[in-house]
Amino acid sequence: MTIDVQAATRTFLAQTEEHLVSYLEACVHCGQCADACLFYRTSGDPRHTPAYKLFPIAKAYKGQKWPLKWLGLAPKITETDLKEWEELIFDTCTMCGRCTEVCPMGIDIASIVGQARKAWAAAGLGPADLFAAADNSRDHGSPLGLTAEKLSDRLEWLADDQEVEMQVDKKSAEVLLTVSSIEAMKYPQSLSAMAKIMNHAGVDWTYSTHGYESTNFGYLAGKSDIAKIMLNRIVDAAEALGAKTVVIPECGHAYGVMRWGAANILGRELPFEVLHITEYIAKLKREGKLKLKPYDTPMTYHDPCQVSRRGGAAADARYILEGFATDFHEMTPTAELNWCCGGGGGVQAIGRAADLRHKVFKIKIDQVEATGTHTLVSACANCRLTMDESKLHWKWDGGLESLVEIVAENLIDSTAKPN
Amino acid sequence: MSLLDFARGPAIEVALAVFTLGVMWRLISLLGLPWAKDRTVRRAGAPSDFSAGVSGFIRHLWVPKGFGMTSRFALINGYVFHLGLAIIFFGFVQHILFLRGLFGVSWPGLPTSVISIAAVVTLGSLVAALVRRMTSPVMRLISTANDYFTWLITTLPVLTGLLAVSHLGARYETLLAIHILTVAALLIWFPFGKLMHAFLVFLTRAETGVFYGRRGVKI
Repeated sequence: MTIDVQAATRTFLAQTEEHLVSYLEACVHCGQCADACLFYRTSGDPRHTPAYKLFPIAKAYKGQKWPLKWLGLAPKITETDLKEWEELIFDTCTMCGRCTEVCPMGIDIASIVGQARKAWAAAGLGPADLFAAADNSRDHGSPLGLTAEKLSDRLEWLADDQEVEMQVDKKSAEVLLTVSSIEAMKYPQSLSAMAKIMNHAGVDWTYSTHGYESTNFGYLAGKSDIAKIMLNRIVDAAEALGAKTVVIPECGHAYGVMRWGAANILGRELPFEVLHITEYIAKLKREGKLKLKPYDTPMTYHDPCQVSRRGGAAADARYILEGFATDFHEMTPTAELNWCCGGGGGVQAIGRAADLRHKVFKIKIDQVEATGTHTLVSACANCRLTMDESKLHWKWDGGLESLVEIVAENLIDSTAKPN
Repeated sequence: MSLLDFARGPAIEVALAVFTLGVMWRLISLLGLPWAKDRTVRRAGAPSDFSAGVSGFIRHLWVPKGFGMTSRFALINGYVFHLGLAIIFFGFVQHILFLRGLFGVSWPGLPTSVISIAAVVTLGSLVAALVRRMTSPVMRLISTANDYFTWLITTLPVLTGLLAVSHLGARYETLLAIHILTVAALLIWFPFGKLMHAFLVFLTRAETGVFYGRRGVKI
């Protein structure tokens, strides 16, 4: 495969928003971010220092501003740079944003890594499996081959198996529920759990076979065209329904991209509200529409980075747990300061990153064990898959649960019919 | 023209001009870049951009609980030399006279003994920062010529100032001239190297504060 260094340089230099350039110019190389990074913390490899991950993009800018540029003396991005940093930009950054918290200059490194990935994608360099997940999403509707037909089959099967009334392509529904193909293929009960909660609360909702896949591997792979296609499918479906609300399922980056990125990526305001499923459940609880039996299992809650630290919805998960999870213990650190599971930012989909990712998960195991509980509840299917794989790798016997599923399992009167 | 006349005259004047124009050029060329408009809907109850920007600045004055001792050492050491430099620059009577000449305002100075102690502590702290930069594998990897040169250009005025005040090593006039020349070098380097962070810190912290603030996140 040829590596198009020029395309990478052009992509770097096309991104000249003030905040990005300020960030690149402001780094004082103090090294504080290393301590905050789950990969550096685990590997002890200085190359995993977040600030170091920005070197190529900083070099591209420096080259552009270099006083002796006309003599051909300016620093230039090379093929070697791109190859050396590929692992640092893709495999060892989950864009969790933890390093931002400790940066004395307040530089948001995760945003820059997200932007930088576009340059690698333009150069044609990056993890083949992550890129394939993006291409599959474009060509088959989902990274894991969840076509519209497969979704319909799954929902039909779940309706029977879980005895839940499903709503598919219901015209003029107020709430469009989306799915993550990780859930649909690996944790299908998440889909019926969401349906149960919606039915229980009497919500006018539907799934859509036109816009269902909320994961956005186009965004994670740095392929902006695919990112747009994926967003547009859901936006178009919601607009066709006239939906007031689009609910993102238990998936961190799907929420981040749709809630905090879509309007900017598409260049227009969205005509509907975007809520993560935990925000939506919290809303139903606030409105008195949820009747729950207490959940007594001793448990702790893992904050998906894109929902809590970078999404602002940490409080809603706590609100759901309040008075419901009777034996809930916060881990340390938690909420916005929480450690990432190790699989965010598309790292979960990168096979060659698995070894380090498993080692990183030790941080989480230690965090859970320190709470004295044995069950880890989360609200992100990607975290859950990462945890499941690492759990198997370490033969850890802790329990893994989904917040939506435990809510659905503990509904009182789950036979309520939808509107 | 004696060396001292040169330092006090053309050298410092040119340096001040380079500093002022250079900083303005850097800031204008940065602020003149396109500003990405955020079209997302602010979280209900999120602070205004102004207040999120201010709290972003304040929040990054310290690392949150739960970060390691390495961070804490570097942080405290960073405060020591930054405050030390501020005390020396704004507290020493001779500096205040110089600043009065430039801006027409003055304030009472600190006793020279206090300034000398501050200078010694600042030097020690700068040396500690350099040792950390040269010994920690992380710091060695991420350090560039800019970092080392900026360290030198920041340390020299403190060292030469201390020597001048203590009359050590040469005639006072010569020491003073060298001191002023090192300050001129610092001013000239300021806009082009990482000393610009003194201005950029207000931008980057505030922008991150706004970025997270509208999402309802306090970091």
